Amino acid sequence: MKYIDEFRDRDRATSLIIEIARVLGRIPLTRDRPLKIMEVCGGHTHSIFRYGIEGLLPPSLELVHGPGCPVCVLPIGRVDDGLSIAAHPEVIFTTFGDAMRVPGSHRSLLQAKAEGLDIRMVYSPMDALALARRHPDREVVFFGLGFETTMPSTALTILAAAADRVCNFSVFCNHITIVPTLQALLDSPALELDGFLGPGHVSAVIGTSPFRFVAERYHRPFVVAGFEPLDVLQAIWMVLLQIEQGRADVENQYARVVATAGSRQALDAIAQVYELREHFEWRGLGSIDRSGIRIRRAFAAFDAETKFVVPNARVADPPACQCGDVLKGVLRPQECKMFATACTPETPLGALMVSSEGACAASYHYAGARLTEGSGHLRVVR
Amino acid sequence: MSAAPRTLHGSRVSLAHGSGGKAMKDLIDDVFVRAFGAPDNAPLEDQARLDIAALAAQGDRIAFTTDSYVVDPLIFPGGDIGTLAVYGTVNDLAVGGAVPRYLSCAVIIEEGIEIDLLRRIAGSMATAARRAGVEIVTGDTKVVPRNACDQLFVTTTGIGAIRRGRDLGVTRARPGDVVVVNGWLGDHGAAILGARGDLRLDSPIESDCAPLHELIEVLLAAAPGTRCLRDATRGGVATVVNEIAAASGVAIELDEERTPVRPEVRGFCEILGLDPLYLANEGKLVAIVPAAEAVAAVAAMAAHPLGTHTVALGVVMDPWDPRDPRDPRDPRDPRRGRAGRVTMKTRLGGHRLVDMLVGEQMPRIC
Repeated sequence: MKYIDEFRDRDRATSLIIEIARVLGRIPLTRDRPLKIMEVCGGHTHSIFRYGIEGLLPPSLELVHGPGCPVCVLPIGRVDDGLSIAAHPEVIFTTFGDAMRVPGSHRSLLQAKAEGLDIRMVYSPMDALALARRHPDREVVFFGLGFETTMPSTALTILAAAADRVCNFSVFCNHITIVPTLQALLDSPALELDGFLGPGHVSAVIGTSPFRFVAERYHRPFVVAGFEPLDVLQAIWMVLLQIEQGRADVENQYARVVATAGSRQALDAIAQVYELREHFEWRGLGSIDRSGIRIRRAFAAFDAETKFVVPNARVADPPACQCGDVLKGVLRPQECKMFATACTPETPLGALMVSSEGACAASYHYAGARLTEGSGHLRVVR
Repeated sequence: MSAAPRTLHGSRVSLAHGSGGKAMKDLIDDVFVRAFGAPDNAPLEDQARLDIAALAAQGDRIAFTTDSYVVDPLIFPGGDIGTLAVYGTVNDLAVGGAVPRYLSCAVIIEEGIEIDLLRRIAGSMATAARRAGVEIVTGDTKVVPRNACDQLFVTTTGIGAIRRGRDLGVTRARPGDVVVVNGWLGDHGAAILGARGDLRLDSPIESDCAPLHELIEVLLAAAPGTRCLRDATRGGVATVVNEIAAASGVAIELDEERTPVRPEVRGFCEILGLDPLYLANEGKLVAIVPAAEAVAAVAAMAAHPLGTHTVALGVVMDPWDPRDPRDPRDPRDPRRGRAGRVTMKTRLGGHRLVDMLVGEQMPRIC
C-alpha cells in the first residue's frame, strides 16, 4: 500500500538497526544502566510493540513508554464526573471508543452503558454534533479527550455548533497539553532519561518550537517522530547521533507532516475556544499546573461543566498502583508489583493497562513474545 | 405443499402475525414455506422426520450444532442475515468434518418489519441452503413488540454426518504442524462496519460469507492427517489460533508478511486503527495440518474457488523448547513457558504477542 509499505520496509529497517547499533557502540556508556529514550506519545508505544521494535534493538538501549496516551492519564475523578453527566436522563453521552473501558471509581462507561445510560461511541466530535441535530429534544455531550492532536477537532465542532446555534450540544472538556507534563517529568528527581521521541501529531498542530526547553534547559535531545516503524527507528538513530555528538537539539524526523510552526488554522481554533486551567489531575502523575484545558466563557453554552453541576470528584489512584513510576521511566511495566497479577487488561487498576496505547497494556499484549525462529517449515510451502 | 401459498395483505409484520392464528399461518406460508418449500416427508407436522439410514450411510456420528444470528444492518454487501444464518451453521458442522444435511430455522421478528424484507431474507436463506446442499426442514416464527428485539433474530440448528475415521479436534495441534488459512482476512468484519454507515467511509468491501464444506472436503482429501479446523468468525483468526494453542498446549507463531489482507480492508483498518487479525470472517477457516501434508493442503485449497489466496500463515511450536534462551526474563511473568502463546513475527523481523481480545476492538483515539 502506497505511503505505508515504504515506511515498513524490512531492508531499510535492518540498515537503520545496524546504524543504531553502530552509533550506540561509539557512545561511552558511563553509567551502569542502559541508555534510555522515552517515546512521549502512545501512538509510538503502539508502533513499537506492534512491530516488535524493542526486540530488534541492542540491549544497551531501552525505550521508556511515556505519558502520551490521553486515555491512560485520565483520572478516576473525571470518569466519575463524566458518568454523573451521563446519568441525566436527557443526556446522550458520546465518546471515543477507547475511553469506554477506563475505570472510574465504581464503573466504566461501558458498564454504565450496560446499566442503561445512553452512552454512544463516536468516531469524531462532528458525529456527536450530528447526533445533537438529529435529537433536538436530547442534550448531546461529547467527552472531549486528548492532547493537541484532538483539541482542534473539538474546537472546530464547538465553533460549528455556535455558528448554527445547536443549543443541545456541549463538550465535557478533558483536553490536556503535553508541554507542562514533560516539564514535570523532567523536573522529577528520579528521572533517568537520555532523550525523547517527540509526539508527531501533537507537533503537527503546535509545531516543534514549544519543545525547545527540553533541549535548552534540560539538555536532552528531542526528535519529533512519525508513527511508522521506520520513522521510529530513524528518530531513535537521530537521538543517538545527538548524544554521540554531545548535542541537545529539537529535530524533526516527521517533516512530511510536521511544520516547524505547526498548523495556523488549528492553533487559531484552539486559541479561540480554549484557555488553560490552573491545574489538572493526571492519573499516575498527580496534579500538574497549567496542564489542562477548559472552554472559554464565551462558549459557556457548549461547556458541559457549565450546563451541568459536576461534582468535581477527586479520587486518589489505587495505593498499590505504580503507574507514576512507570510513566517516569523509573520502572518498566513488568516491574510493577501489580503487573499481570492484580492489574490486567480485563480488570485494569492503573491507567496504563487501560488503553491499547498504555505502556502496560502494550507490554501485556505484545511483549514477552521473543521466540525461536521456528519458521523452517514455512519455507517449503507457498 | 398442497395449494399455492396465499399472499399476505399489508406490507409490515404486526403482532397479529405472531398470534398463532390465521395471520401467522399466512405469514409462514407466504414467506418461509414459499422460500424453503415444505419437506416431503412430513409436510404439515411440528417436527421434521429424518431418515436415520440415510444419515448413517454418510458417517458414523451425528454432528449437531446451533447458532443465533444478530447483525446490524440486516443486509450488507455480500450477503444478509439469512445467508449468514445458513452458512454459519453449515460451517460449524463442516469444520467438525461433517457433511451438513439439515437445518432448522427459528426467527424472532420485531413488529413493524417490512414483509418484503423478510421475503428477501428467506429467499437468500433458500439460495444459500441450495448452494450448501442442506435442507431447511423445520422452523419457528415469533413476533415481538417493537423494541423487544432489533428487527430480526435468526437461530439455525444444523445436523450433519461425520464420516467414519475422521477425528478433528482442537486439542490435536502438535509442534511442527502448519497453520493454514484460505485467504483474505477480515472481509466480513470490515463489510459490516462499513455498511453501518456511521464511519461515513465509502467502502466497496464485501462480506466473504460462504459455505466451507466443499473446500474442507478438498482439504481433507489432500491432507487426511489434518488435526483440526475452525471457522474464524467473531474475534477473527487471532482468537481461533489462541483457542487452538491453549487447547493443545502448544505455542503458535504467525508470520505477518504472509497475512493475507485485501488492500481495501488494510486501508480500512489503517484508518480506524483496527487489526484485521481480529476482524470477523464468515468464509474463512483455520486448519492445523501436519508439516508433511502442508504443501499438498495449500495446493489443493488454492485450486478451489474459496481458497484462491490460501497461505501457510504460521507454525505450531513446542511450548517448552529448552533451547530457547529468550523466555520472558521475569520469573513472575505468568506467560513464562509458552503453552497457549500465540506470537507474530512482524514484517520487520521482530516479534509480538497475539493475545485474545478483552472485549470488542475499539477504534483508537488518535
